[in-house]
Amino acid sequence: MGYIIETRDITKRFGGLTAVDKVSMGVNAGEVVAVLGDNGAGKSTLIKMISGVHRPDEGSILLEGNPMKFENPMGALASGIETIYQDLALAENLNVSSNIFLGREKTKKRFGLFNVLDHPYMLEESKHVLDKLDIHIPSLKSTIRTLSGGQRQAVAISRSIYWDAKVLIMDEPTAALGIAEQKKVLNLVNSLKSQGIGIIIISHQMYDIFEVADRIIVMRRGRKVAERLVSETDPDEIVGLIVGAETVKK
Amino acid sequence: MRTSELSSRPGFTQTTIGRTVGRNWALFFLIFMVIVFAFTGSGFFEIANFQNIIHLSSTSILLAAAETFVIITGGIDLSVGFVMGLSSALAARIMVILSTTALPVPWIIILGSLAGLVISLIPGFISGTLVARFKVPPFIATMGMWGICNGITLRLCHGFFPIAGLPAALPELGNGYLIYIHPGKSITFFQKPEYLADNQIRELIRLIPFSFILITVVILILWFILHRHRFGQHTYAIGDNVDAAIRAGIDVNRHLVKIYMLSSFLAGLAGVYNVFQTGIGNYTTFSAMYELFAVAAVVIGGASLAGGKGRILGSFVGVLVLAVLKNGLAISGVEPFVRYIAVGVLLIVAVTIDQLFPDLF
Repeated sequence: MGYIIETRDITKRFGGLTAVDKVSMGVNAGEVVAVLGDNGAGKSTLIKMISGVHRPDEGSILLEGNPMKFENPMGALASGIETIYQDLALAENLNVSSNIFLGREKTKKRFGLFNVLDHPYMLEESKHVLDKLDIHIPSLKSTIRTLSGGQRQAVAISRSIYWDAKVLIMDEPTAALGIAEQKKVLNLVNSLKSQGIGIIIISHQMYDIFEVADRIIVMRRGRKVAERLVSETDPDEIVGLIVGAETVKK
Repeated sequence: MRTSELSSRPGFTQTTIGRTVGRNWALFFLIFMVIVFAFTGSGFFEIANFQNIIHLSSTSILLAAAETFVIITGGIDLSVGFVMGLSSALAARIMVILSTTALPVPWIIILGSLAGLVISLIPGFISGTLVARFKVPPFIATMGMWGICNGITLRLCHGFFPIAGLPAALPELGNGYLIYIHPGKSITFFQKPEYLADNQIRELIRLIPFSFILITVVILILWFILHRHRFGQHTYAIGDNVDAAIRAGIDVNRHLVKIYMLSSFLAGLAGVYNVFQTGIGNYTTFSAMYELFAVAAVVIGGASLAGGKGRILGSFVGVLVLAVLKNGLAISGVEPFVRYIAVGVLLIVAVTIDQLFPDLF
């Protein structure tokens, strides 16, 4: 199959604990795949391997069919795999455009000698990407500290999109948001999907999943225990799979 | 998306005036002090005295600048005072040794100064590596260098003896002025008029001490690095959210090593300049507490020990606040211990302002 990102039998052990046990999964371009599971099911470890934070002990990760080996998150970023963590990883003392460009700042030569930060360029580009996603932030020069939760989430998403992400991993994207802002973020996910980006979402919010996901992967104790198309399942079945079907049947 | 209720309610610190006053309260306080001392101390409000304040603060300014970078990353550098002593002593010792050779004086001075500057990179490299790679708390890592540098310095000084016997050109350079005006008679640059004897020097109007030029250049460079260069941007990001910096692909470990080396190098520069200023190699006494006054200046200048916050010009103002306080109180005839009380009160005020109005940055 033509998955944009795929894992084959990847395994990660921490000492005696097997956090992820031979998990194979794939995401198509323009598809949203939700990874569900109870706490400790191995969701985070799985996505951390894809985003280059952990290295798998066994198995392989394929990006557009090519096996990848990421030494660190920068390697994954360079290949077009962007991750938005639950805590968003924004520097609150810097402004919106500085955050979008953090670590990849655009500079220009001054007097042919020094590399100076090119703030006008970065502001302009930030404005573009925010407009493209239909996000409104009063001033791109305001520091993240002054923004609301949804606005911060939007900045984190814009940052990933700006760098031509092929794959976007979102860890609990709506967890810290108000109702209206959750809606906005879900709309954003849909608009990213239509741009052909492969998206992996980790979430506990069943409503969100059924709102935006195409496919659901359920993990339990490090193993992938089920995979369902959203159109062919319902929240009850998924909950049953998450906690272990035998408990629910009773 | 709406802004939250809280941030749309205009408090005093949200207004433009409120922000300006809040962010620059140390500057306003400095101006206030200058006005008060102008009335209470005769001879305070004079160019000569102002130049004197800056000239005598030049090493403190360098140390505070060093501390600013470290504090923005959320660390602290306790070693600056003793690194300064180490550089001072080593530079002086090398100059003394070279003086016994046939080397011309300019070379003696250059090589000695270089030795002082180069040695200062080592403590920074060690404490930076300890902090970044071995996750030693900055307080402990730099406290280690605090002891080590002091010990080596005292060894260089054979105990508690400043190193003397240096080229006489040193203090002339270190305490020189750009312009000398002999009212109604002459104007000379770089050197006092030759016809004037040393004891007549008070007849001269001397303008722009070399030390002022040195610190202006250093502050400009550091301001550029901190506010216009990628390096500064990363420094702020690391101080606010180290995870964000790591995930943005910033090599945080490497950056921290550079920060501690920069800090230590600036301390070394202060040490070498100190040799020029005093004409001898000075060890740092324990009672000097340079590092603590540097931290105090940086905090008064608006930085937060929690990291992510601080400005180079703020720290400069912080040093001037402490220096003007010392000078003004002395000229006004106030007992010296009052100064320590005032510094203590100021520090508490600074931190309280930082806690009450965290959005002021």
